[in-house]
Amino acid sequence: METISPRDAQWREELRKSIPVKQRTSIPRCQMPSLDAAYRVTCNEEVNQGLSQEQAVVEATRCLDCPDPQCVTGCPVSINIPGFIKNIERGEFGQAAEVLRETSALPAVCGRVCPQEKQCESRCIYNKMKKAPVAIGYLERFAADTANAALRSGAPQPELPAEEASNGVKVAVVGSGPAGLSFAGDMARRGYKVHVFEALHEIGGVLKYGIPEFRLPNEVVDIEIEALRKMGVEFMANCVVGKTMGYDDLLNEGFRGVFVASGAGLPRFMGIPGENFVGVMSSNEYLTRVNLMGAGRPGWATPVLKGHRVAVIGGGNTAMDSCRTARRMGAEEVYIVYRRSEEEMPARVEEVIHAKEEGVTFLTLHNPVEYLSDEKGHVSAMRLQRMTLGEPDASGRRSPVPVEGDIVEMPVDEVIVSVGVSPNPLIPNSIDGLDVTRKGTLVVNDETLETTLPLLFAGGDIVRGGATVILAMGDGRRAAAAMHEKLSQAE
Amino acid sequence: MNRILEKRHFSENVVQLVVEAPLIARARKPGHFVIVICDEKGERIPLTISDADTSKGTITLVIQAIGESTRQICAKEPGEYLHDVVGPLGRATHIENFGTVVCCGGGVGVAPLLPIIRAMKAAGNRVISVLAARTKDLIILEDQVRESSDEVIIMTDDGSYGTKGLVTKGVEGVINREKVDMVVTIGPAVMMKFVSLLTKKYEVPTVASLNTIMVDGTGMCGACRVTVGGKTRFVCVDGPEFDAHQVDFDEMIMRLRG
Repeated sequence: METISPRDAQWREELRKSIPVKQRTSIPRCQMPSLDAAYRVTCNEEVNQGLSQEQAVVEATRCLDCPDPQCVTGCPVSINIPGFIKNIERGEFGQAAEVLRETSALPAVCGRVCPQEKQCESRCIYNKMKKAPVAIGYLERFAADTANAALRSGAPQPELPAEEASNGVKVAVVGSGPAGLSFAGDMARRGYKVHVFEALHEIGGVLKYGIPEFRLPNEVVDIEIEALRKMGVEFMANCVVGKTMGYDDLLNEGFRGVFVASGAGLPRFMGIPGENFVGVMSSNEYLTRVNLMGAGRPGWATPVLKGHRVAVIGGGNTAMDSCRTARRMGAEEVYIVYRRSEEEMPARVEEVIHAKEEGVTFLTLHNPVEYLSDEKGHVSAMRLQRMTLGEPDASGRRSPVPVEGDIVEMPVDEVIVSVGVSPNPLIPNSIDGLDVTRKGTLVVNDETLETTLPLLFAGGDIVRGGATVILAMGDGRRAAAAMHEKLSQAE
Repeated sequence: MNRILEKRHFSENVVQLVVEAPLIARARKPGHFVIVICDEKGERIPLTISDADTSKGTITLVIQAIGESTRQICAKEPGEYLHDVVGPLGRATHIENFGTVVCCGGGVGVAPLLPIIRAMKAAGNRVISVLAARTKDLIILEDQVRESSDEVIIMTDDGSYGTKGLVTKGVEGVINREKVDMVVTIGPAVMMKFVSLLTKKYEVPTVASLNTIMVDGTGMCGACRVTVGGKTRFVCVDGPEFDAHQVDFDEMIMRLRG
């Protein structure tokens, strides 16, 4: 892949030689400055404060600039990781951000929400030396935030790579989450006239309604959206494609290509007795009320139940977001109820640590089997089946097995169910000729992400069924490249 | 931002607004609803569409002020704007020539019932509309309903207009009198529950349009879930209309109170 920061650049060779490897490896991994747990549960401020410039340069110095960097292979979009880190080491922060922009449309977002410990950082050479890996995620965030701060203070917009004159061709994007935004950026850069249609009243998709402010401030997302607006991308909120406008309407409006990135909106429930009692809700509902609708903030009209003893069911990032939100909404007792052990939890390690610091109690190897209610139908208790770990299942994780007869009852007054989502059927149901899998995801060509309809592409969770921001973003970029190629050939 | 063009008071707490929304006006069908946000910090409120004008690009909403947000929407004046209007949402009503259809609406439920009455009539049905309210002043859209109905029966709790009694009495009178092939009911949950119990007794197929709590209205939150035929369904994407005889109205009423 072409990059502005190749390993054989003279400055990089000199930088590598400037400090001996032993000296580099003797530096301990940086600590992310973060707000005190007792304070942060009283507010919505971002927990991780970001590395200082000094910290970032020292951390970047740890990176050995390996000849065959494995971190890159651990990244779903193959970011030139040593390329941006070495720019930080030499103090060229703007260049570092440029390198990130070559492959990532949303570096400030990914630096905050990627599961680095499972991706890039898990492949770092330091792991082999039994040392903590280079803090790639923290450095990514540092580079992106520094560049964004420079832009806000009036620094000239950097020359964007491969920006081309408008070609006048209209393309549509359905959904303004990470897949849609990255697709929009890439197509605008290629000269297309891009219109993004969003069903909700805010642009940003899951980055706004799902991920809380204390983990990903809205401001960070808004900077990306503003940058797209400046590139000529048009956003239309309150437009549900398949309802407000049909696919045919888009074609009639002259859109030559359409990218569907409508996400995995539908919350799953477990189907156990009592799940429809008042006070039992999906994490989507809970987080949407608080994050998107402002529930709990003065002046905002949307209500949200403020439980005292809150159980969050599940072990993913959304479960962590929910339990930490519940603490911030004033719940005294908050439990994570997860049917496997902590080792199998899909959540980012950092979120688990933060949740524990914030006083969340982890009930691992417990699985709810029933909810009980008071006379008004409000949830009052949960019955939990104790579990043990059996043989590995299809996911490769050890499967949870009930311990026969071992059921405990615990009083709760709010339950947040966070056991996954299904693809939103709105688009599949409203467009004839689209192939859909048994799980409700769209069938696409693995390489090009084109669906069974020509020039209708799809990516993100509507195809993957519940993945990560970075994979969605990567899909947006791949679909943009493929659609561009196909439209260019048609010219 | 959607501009309000006209406003009419049906009663102290019931207001009709004509709102600019050209895309929704074009796409909406009987049974659809919209979500409205009154102001920047407002709540997402589901409202039914009672009429639309594609040439003017407007939709007509009827709102009953029952909480803070609906009160704020009702307080808006022509020339002012609703911050957001999104739709049309939900599945459209299944319209066909069933034969004789009884459309019964309670209170503001008559507003979303009107387009269904019109479509049922246009499909060739004999349409008997039963409009019910507590008192005379709360009977709305009577003239419009009459235009598309073969017969209109008015029921009031206090007997101030039409026949004294509940909506079920009016519906039962029709069922005892002639063969009814289908009943459509929209109104307060308690009313729909009793209409459903009645028509179940007489084995008349019945559709109820449910008005549960919603946040996004596109299937994302699940706040609107109801039990239908023993299964959890989402009113916003699977409904709002369901086979009334399969709906667990007691659970729905419990969730509305919560």
